[in-house]
Amino acid sequence: MMITTTKGDMDESLLQKSVGSTESDKEIISWVEYRLDDELVHRSVHVVLKQNVAADGVAAAIG
Amino acid sequence: MANTQAMCTSFKGELLTGTHNFGTGVVRASTATDTFKAALYLATATINASTTAYTATGEVSGTGYSAGGVTVTFGTAPSTSGTTAFVTPSASITYSSVTLSTAFDCVLIYNSTQSNKAVSVHTFGSQTVTAGTFTLTMPTNDASTGLIRLA
Repeated sequence: MMITTTKGDMDESLLQKSVGSTESDKEIISWVEYRLDDELVHRSVHVVLKQNVAADGVAAAIG
Repeated sequence: MANTQAMCTSFKGELLTGTHNFGTGVVRASTATDTFKAALYLATATINASTTAYTATGEVSGTGYSAGGVTVTFGTAPSTSGTTAFVTPSASITYSSVTLSTAFDCVLIYNSTQSNKAVSVHTFGSQTVTAGTFTLTMPTNDASTGLIRLA
């Protein structure tokens, strides 16, 4: 598989791959990195949002 | 029977479709959905509830990223459930083939049809991208987790 890198498209077999992920109440983040001789040449990130922005609608009492 | 003080749920939903106007509004060219965009901001920026419109100040820059960000797809109309109105983009927000070397942790959704007025701010763990893709996947579009909710 070809990977887009800072040095152009490269075959995955030529690169060192690492992946990781974290999860919190707000989101799940996963990433994939490819290095060529320890140089970072590709990093993609996927964030899955879990929390939303909410506003309360309130009807106040009169008087 | 008894009466119950409340903000009407239908009203909440109609706020999301521009039905009501208590002040000086805007003249709409049509009933079509506005165009919304998503811009990314550096972790050092100050984007929050006080933000009134898209700003280039503090926005990320880098190869493959266009100032102003990308268009957000709202393919599903706002809805209500229980007493909550909600709406969520119907597709992930994707920045393809970008290099964003300075850490960013925020996306501003704004209305590019209406003078770039701000809609919502969403933060996440600080990231960089190198010759890659940054994807924001939306939560489930319901009253509990929808991206924008009026509860």
